[in-house]
Amino acid sequence: MISLDVLIAGLATGSIYGLLALGYHITFVVSNTVNFSLGATLMFGAVMFYELHTRLGLDIFIAVPLVLLFSGLLGMIVERFFVRPFCQNNSVSWLLSTIAFGIILENIVRFTFGQEPRSIPMPSISEPIRLFNAGIYPIEFIIPAVGISVALMLWLLSKKTIVGRALLAAAQNRDAAILQGINVKKLIILAYVVSTALAGLAGMLIAPKLNVSAGMGTLIGLKAFAAAIIGGILSAPGCLVAGIGYGVFESIVAAQLPSAFREILGFGLLIIILIFKPNGLFGKKGVYKV
Amino acid sequence: MKLTPTQYLGSLLLPLVFLSTPTSAQEQVKIGLVAALSGDSALSGESITRGMTVAIDEINAKGGVLGGKKLVLVRRDDESNPAKGQLAARELIEKEKVAVVFGGIDTPVSMSLINVMSELKTPYMGVWAAGTGITNNNKNPNYMFRVSAVDERVDAGMLKYAQDKFKSKRPGSMLVNNPWGDSNMKGLEKAAAALNITLAGQEKYNVNDIDTTAQLTRLKNAGADSIILVGNTGVAAQVMKSMERMNWNVPVVSHWGISGGRFDELAGPRYKDVVFVQTYSFFGKQSPVGDKVIAELKKRYPEIKGVNDIVAPVGTANAYDATMLTALAINKAGSTNGEKIREAYYDLPEYKGLIKTYKKPFSAESQDALTDRDYIWVHFVGNAAVPVN
Repeated sequence: MISLDVLIAGLATGSIYGLLALGYHITFVVSNTVNFSLGATLMFGAVMFYELHTRLGLDIFIAVPLVLLFSGLLGMIVERFFVRPFCQNNSVSWLLSTIAFGIILENIVRFTFGQEPRSIPMPSISEPIRLFNAGIYPIEFIIPAVGISVALMLWLLSKKTIVGRALLAAAQNRDAAILQGINVKKLIILAYVVSTALAGLAGMLIAPKLNVSAGMGTLIGLKAFAAAIIGGILSAPGCLVAGIGYGVFESIVAAQLPSAFREILGFGLLIIILIFKPNGLFGKKGVYKV
Repeated sequence: MKLTPTQYLGSLLLPLVFLSTPTSAQEQVKIGLVAALSGDSALSGESITRGMTVAIDEINAKGGVLGGKKLVLVRRDDESNPAKGQLAARELIEKEKVAVVFGGIDTPVSMSLINVMSELKTPYMGVWAAGTGITNNNKNPNYMFRVSAVDERVDAGMLKYAQDKFKSKRPGSMLVNNPWGDSNMKGLEKAAAALNITLAGQEKYNVNDIDTTAQLTRLKNAGADSIILVGNTGVAAQVMKSMERMNWNVPVVSHWGISGGRFDELAGPRYKDVVFVQTYSFFGKQSPVGDKVIAELKKRYPEIKGVNDIVAPVGTANAYDATMLTALAINKAGSTNGEKIREAYYDLPEYKGLIKTYKKPFSAESQDALTDRDYIWVHFVGNAAVPVN
């Protein structure tokens, strides 16, 4: 019997994977590139939130937008200096350069923020409430709610706005979109800004649960990418659902088997799904013109 | 061959250069430290450094070792990573020529150094990591020494404490998933059999775990009436958060990994309920050595206003005594030769230290200077580890 505690814990963690997976999705559909430093960006968001809210005492309504702004700026930097130069040369070296950026960022934070983890004391969201004999942190309701809202907003953006339609056009055929007068370069920058802002948001959401440290984002970033692949990186709902599912799956495995099995079965599941569904559970087969 | 004036001058100066380098090197004796200086347990590395530094300066003020040579500390960060620890130890021995390598909080790192120290014939002095197998390693000759707690003895102590103080009949353990956890798993099984206690279960958790509700739920369902906790600060804090989430208020008796960081800050409101083991406390009436060390720490580190501010105190205390014993061993050996120092550890004169008076602290049968009689039980009051009444 799986307890409600276990399910809720998995749901909250999975929602973080889902948010980051959406970040991977956004840049991939627009530019065919992935920002592998999103895990480090999640950490950056958590650290910035700690600095602004806990250390400087800024109100949460000021600190949160500032963190989103800083995280978004990080996306601009990544796109301009770590992705664009390589794409212009038709190279896939952006893969390595974004990983390198993540390592650089992690070490800069290690030097400036410090080596030790710190906690963000937020009693209003970090003290558990009781529900059906289970203890649940209010933040664990907030995280999936934010994830679902973001996915919904992205869906509405793509269906109901000009920017969204431009994004879809650029995703479907970049050259045709350029001929239609769509500024694809700006759309790619926007995609990177949105994806890193999402990672910053995920960092702020998980910080009260996990504590803040320079190394906090690496494994989360990796698992989120696994979720994006499982869900189908071209599908926003797929990324979110797979992220949540991956978190719940991990939690259930840990409840039933020794914890070492969690990573074995989690990544094993990824391989099995890819064997049978190479484009992920919700992904569509790509069209290649020859 | 005819030399130019420059070559001639060079040929005269070259031997002087070679002669002068060893002379300056010989004026000092280096001791290495391989410990976590970053990451979750960075404070442990800092506290060890402080204990060693205070001791080294005291030794140097009295004339150093080997008839006037200064002791010098050379540190390397192992980042709690066994591979990095091995590289650091090799570099310290082969390049820096340290006489002895001191170790830090992480049992996996210390375990990984057993073969390195044997191969390079250099003594290792553990001042924190408590893994039983670090010193009890079947090596002959054995280069691993320790002034610290030993898991097997701590495990028996933790179970006994839970039994006596909390009337626990079915303790369950939460162990970090690494060699340190394995060491304690064996120790707890052995101790439970000796104390006639039935363990409710032994659960492992990973160092990156965000939540340990699943493992704790299994222990709860198995009827655990106390938790024996083994892990370093960061991940052990996640266990306490998960217990708080479950509203599961059984007593927690912990090994001392939690005292190597900011457990009071990271673990949430239940941090103060955890009782854990230490080898020394700066609280209460001190010996003259204790008063001297506290005064030195206050003088050197302005943030230390009182004993409350001495963070991770066992690191400082163990390192202080271990450095003093090592200086005695170097003098006894009359050399920085690793084999001679190793033999000298077995033949130390009586030494009145911080933790206790050491009389023949090491022998070939036991390379651990501290016994279970040297353990005390503490809990956090603020960020200070204060003895429980």
